[in-house]
Amino acid sequence: MITEFGWQHLVTLLLAARWTILVSAMAFAFGGVAGFVVALGRTARSAPLRWLTAGYIQIIQGTPVLIVLFLSYYGFSIVGLKLSPLFAAALAMTIYASAYLGEIWRGCIQAVPTGQWEASSSLAMNRWQQLRHVVLPQALRLAVPPTVGFSVQIVKNTSITSIIGLVELTRAGQLINNAVFQPFQVFILVAFVYFVLCFPLSVTAKRLERRLHAHH
Amino acid sequence: MPIIEVSGVRKSFGSNEVLKGVSFNVNQGEVVAIIGRSGSGKSTMLRCLNGLESVNAGKVLIAGHTLDASGKHLLELRRDVGMVFQSYNLFPHLTVEENIRLAPRIVCKRQKAELGAVVERVLSQVGLLDKRDAYPEQLSGGQQQRVAIARSLAMEPQVMLFDEVTSALDPELTREVLRVMEQLAASGMTMVLVTHEMDFARRMAHHTIFMHEGKVHESGASAQLFVAPQTPELQQFLSAGEIA
Repeated sequence: MITEFGWQHLVTLLLAARWTILVSAMAFAFGGVAGFVVALGRTARSAPLRWLTAGYIQIIQGTPVLIVLFLSYYGFSIVGLKLSPLFAAALAMTIYASAYLGEIWRGCIQAVPTGQWEASSSLAMNRWQQLRHVVLPQALRLAVPPTVGFSVQIVKNTSITSIIGLVELTRAGQLINNAVFQPFQVFILVAFVYFVLCFPLSVTAKRLERRLHAHH
Repeated sequence: MPIIEVSGVRKSFGSNEVLKGVSFNVNQGEVVAIIGRSGSGKSTMLRCLNGLESVNAGKVLIAGHTLDASGKHLLELRRDVGMVFQSYNLFPHLTVEENIRLAPRIVCKRQKAELGAVVERVLSQVGLLDKRDAYPEQLSGGQQQRVAIARSLAMEPQVMLFDEVTSALDPELTREVLRVMEQLAASGMTMVLVTHEMDFARRMAHHTIFMHEGKVHESGASAQLFVAPQTPELQQFLSAGEIA
């Protein structure tokens, strides 16, 4: 049945946007934790640890997120593990975020001058103390703008989770369009909601970049 | 009695042998300058003394610690051996006071009450008590280098290593850093310095080591070495310095 596009549809979209936000937040939180471990591995003294994490980053960055999503959704069902769309979506987006954040943060850790490592070594600090008190605080400042910037990518890329049936923003738009068949109006509105979610993040990233820059 | 004994130290970077069997001793309370051209291995030698570079062969005994190719026990050694760098390497996210407190607090586990006294003592030694709350970027190069010296002194080292610490400074700022180092030497600190300041080496160092192509080419009491260099290489090195 074809109905008119109206307010009830906007409410449906906004309710669906909660799932977009939830998947984004989980991807950012869990991907952040995993990405931190990856970044430490990439900058570790142990060569096997560096190769392992470098390989992980290469594989994930060299694979479409969509395929990672299919693997986590359909892949586990082969071994008899049926994941819910939400869980599969969060898992795939976490893996995706961990590789990119790991690589971003590796760059930030390595951007701290070697003199900082040498000075803290000379003060008899061990590796962990050097990271904790000297290197990471400096890397953190460098990391804030690109990290916030990347969170925009996470939000936008959750749209692909629509394909496994998670009714987030994009999927809700498709469903509404099936009912009203006004694709232009519907998807303009979907795009607008994405924009409203992402714009504050972009602005924050820009502002942080300027502020952290001004301090040096 | 020697507090540093370097014997037969060799060090290569890839196929490039930078140290080709270096040996020398430094006595307690002595100031020793290492001079030589760029690439003669003098900075590498200094960095081997606290394990910033590992040695491929030979042995370093310093402040009761042994350094060899195994690279063990570095942390214990570094508690007793301070180092100051050409580029200061202060921690830019910490104030002067925090820079000084950090290692005594987390490495030596000193108590809060003690730490205040330590900061007070080392900052007054370098004449920067009024800068304790400043960030490194708010200080001149000379002040930053004096803070770096204070930070190192806060660990109460037995030996201090100085790696071209005035090379990045203009003559006036160089003087203020050298003055601090003179006072430190007068207080009986054992010091090894790699330097291009020939006047300072001649005046301050009890002994001077001239390194050439990865070896100790000539060494002796500064009073004699600078006045009557024996080898043609040192003669040439010293006269080149006078022209420049």
